[in-house]
Amino acid sequence: MKDTVEPYVTDDGRTIGGVLMDMRNITLRFGGVEAIKDISFDIREGEIRAIIGPNGAGKSSMLNVISGFYNPQEGEVWFRGEKRPQMKPYQVARLGIARTFQNIALFEGMTVLDNIMTGRLTHMKSGMFWQALWVGRAEAEEVENRERVERIIDFLEIQAIRKTPVGRLPYGLKKRVELARALAAEPKLLLLDEPMAGMNVEEKEDMSRFILDVNDEFGTTIALIEHDMGVVMDLSDRVVVMDYGRKIGDGTPDEVRGNQEVIDAYLGVSHD
Amino acid sequence: MTAPAPGGENSVPALLARNVAQHGNKAAYREKEFGIWQSWTWAEAAAEIDALAAGFLTLGANVGDHIAIAGRNRPALYWAMVAAQKAGCVPVPLYADAAAEEIAYALEHCGARFVVAGDQEQVDKIADIRDQLHELDHVIYLDGRGLRKYDHTHMTSYADLQKAGRAAGNMAEIEKRTAALGPDDKCVMLYTSGTTGRPKGVVLSNTNVIETSKNSAEFDHLRPGDEVLAYLPMAWVGDFIFSIGQAMWTGFCVNCPESAETMHTDLREIGPTYFFAPPRVFEQQLTNVMIRMEDAGRFKKWLFDKYMAVGRKIGPKILDAEPVSGMERFQYRLADWLVIGPLKNTLGLSRVRVGYTAGEAIGPEIFDFYRALGINLKQLYGQTEATVFITQQPDGEVRSDTVGVPSPGVELKIAENGEVFYRSPGVFVEYYKNAESTASTKDADGWVATGDAGFIEEGTGHLRIIDRAKDVGKMASGALFAPKYVENKLKFYPDILEAVVFGADREYCTAFINIDLTAVGNWAERNNIAYSSYQELSQHPRVLDTIEAHVAEVNKSVAADEMLAGCQVHRFLVLHKELDADDGEMTRTRKVRRRIVEEKFDDLIAALYGGQSEIYTETEVTYEDGRKGKITATLAIRDATVVNAGKVAAE
Repeated sequence: MKDTVEPYVTDDGRTIGGVLMDMRNITLRFGGVEAIKDISFDIREGEIRAIIGPNGAGKSSMLNVISGFYNPQEGEVWFRGEKRPQMKPYQVARLGIARTFQNIALFEGMTVLDNIMTGRLTHMKSGMFWQALWVGRAEAEEVENRERVERIIDFLEIQAIRKTPVGRLPYGLKKRVELARALAAEPKLLLLDEPMAGMNVEEKEDMSRFILDVNDEFGTTIALIEHDMGVVMDLSDRVVVMDYGRKIGDGTPDEVRGNQEVIDAYLGVSHD
Repeated sequence: MTAPAPGGENSVPALLARNVAQHGNKAAYREKEFGIWQSWTWAEAAAEIDALAAGFLTLGANVGDHIAIAGRNRPALYWAMVAAQKAGCVPVPLYADAAAEEIAYALEHCGARFVVAGDQEQVDKIADIRDQLHELDHVIYLDGRGLRKYDHTHMTSYADLQKAGRAAGNMAEIEKRTAALGPDDKCVMLYTSGTTGRPKGVVLSNTNVIETSKNSAEFDHLRPGDEVLAYLPMAWVGDFIFSIGQAMWTGFCVNCPESAETMHTDLREIGPTYFFAPPRVFEQQLTNVMIRMEDAGRFKKWLFDKYMAVGRKIGPKILDAEPVSGMERFQYRLADWLVIGPLKNTLGLSRVRVGYTAGEAIGPEIFDFYRALGINLKQLYGQTEATVFITQQPDGEVRSDTVGVPSPGVELKIAENGEVFYRSPGVFVEYYKNAESTASTKDADGWVATGDAGFIEEGTGHLRIIDRAKDVGKMASGALFAPKYVENKLKFYPDILEAVVFGADREYCTAFINIDLTAVGNWAERNNIAYSSYQELSQHPRVLDTIEAHVAEVNKSVAADEMLAGCQVHRFLVLHKELDADDGEMTRTRKVRRRIVEEKFDDLIAALYGGQSEIYTETEVTYEDGRKGKITATLAIRDATVVNAGKVAAE
């Protein structure tokens, strides 16, 4: 069991640190519908944490709570040892949380490079005025940020499409560009909403490799939602299983796989 | 021009030292990384090389050890080759896209103790085969991404090895080993892809490489300040000669693209002055230009057609320094201003002073197109065993149907059966650990069999190649059978990517055709033809109609040559998959392995000669990661119009 908060080293040599984010008794309602019912779990520094569950289980709602887009009616969100107050999404972004979307949300008319540059926004300090005039700190900042973006482009192997407008790219590449933009923010915590949705086997393999490499190379903590069970089990250190807004399992992939409730949820035993 | 070497410069490291002394702070290598061209001067490159050579010593590299290099073109990997030489070792570059078992064969055969690998992909391939390789000691990797968790007991990063080298203080030993390099010592070992059988390790000496580089550089007046783009496989002899041999001899700059996919962008940014490409690269560029012009507006299309016609008429004349009237010169200048100049710029060929193509025959239209643009595109004929150069075309004597005159220092002779033999300072030392093949290829006087059949044209002295000597055969009627001759004619159509013609000892010839997905796919799009896969497109009746028309035209042109009229294609089919090196159907340099294709698709050949109008077939395919799959298809077989076949056969 890995319930202790002592740092430990995984079988493949990565160090998993203390608790980065702690979700305590979260309940989220839309009118009379309870999308999330009293769920608690934590995300530890350096780990890949998956949230899985059948359609409508409340996975995306959970991700939106983490990203600050939804405010839960009950419960507390603790981030880096502090209770997080109600926040606007941009404030959450400044805390070091970045995300990708299930339905790609890129600027279609802009080039790949410019899209990724927008991810650097939270790191730019010069105002619009100075940037428009291109003087003083604005230029130095642009150069520095461009360099970081170029490293991400190199890392995700998208050099060939650097100057291509995003609208012209195939789906799989758009997903990669979205990951690049999220990475550009240098997040402490990276949220991926169904990163493999709609991909073929080869694209899934590529994406898995990139997710592992991001985690390994930058030490980024990753929380992801995914449908594809195989992928999740291979990638993640720990898995939260949701069904009808409740948490029905939490643990290592092996533990979760052996959990009767999880098996029932996936194989479709009647709920009463 | 570089002054002749003042003695003692009989190794690549010696040339490097000379370049550092003569123009130490000029750019020697560039690589695009992180979106910016990074560059290294000769002095900087030499320092990197020294550090790595010293690093090899700390790993216990002995004189004569083989050091394999696997990865895409990067300055650091070129340095690794020179560093290996400085440490008294022999570099063995390998094809980066080779499958694990191909790499295993080469590493095992040469007994490499060290491998310098470009990235995780290469490291993984070596890890897969590690237990078969008893002599392999250490792997040095360049890009450490994804490798952090690997067991590092027999693995070091390139940078760490250099650091160890700098700290070791063993430069005296390095200098001693470098100074000991003699003209007859091994310079490099290159594995030939070989259209038949196992690859062979061709050993080239320092003399081979340096003499050839010197001769060929002088032939084309290469000079410091020239720029090349290094994008062809490092394991190919041509790249070794261009990016190491000639670069070191003349002191020009080697530019490495950011990745294989960005090659065309990088080409445009660098604007090389000396450019080499196999015909397929030129073909692809031309196809892309034509496709885009089809989609252009009417005015632009008109402008393009009008001024390309001017270019076609006058461009080659200017290149060949033939008399051109003032009016023509004015017209060409106008064409250059309006169409040719911008087009060349888009292709990245604005500055090309010397361009070469080799490896396969190039279609006359393609050749003429580039010559019309005023690009000095020439052909050369060579092979690994000759250290590239056998014949090449001098400026002003360029034609699409010959491969030129013997290169400086090369003697040619044609055997009775038509096979071409040569003797030159570039003739290889031996096939490593294969005395038998060495003896059957190279005789005691140093004459080497090329395996190609050809003849020397009277009057001009140019060599013309007909076909691979062993492929030239007889048909059942006794008529000459030269498949390559027909295949090349077929391949000149942009729609046709590859063709394989059969007919030895048969009554008539038949052919397999591979369509070119870019060209045919674009045509389908413009004609509102829906298709969901390569296979479906390849069997579309209208595609088959087009191909049938091409075959008929080729037959007409083949029939014009009395000697080869028997080689007309009577029946053909369009293959449901592209011939692929991963399936063993082609070599890594994309030459068709005829025997393997013949064996693998024997059912299709039987159907071609059996008179059926279609055939169901199952084919095993290998994916890039080595897994296998199966595809099934029903292929249509068509008859093609043949000219006067009866008359010729009756003779």
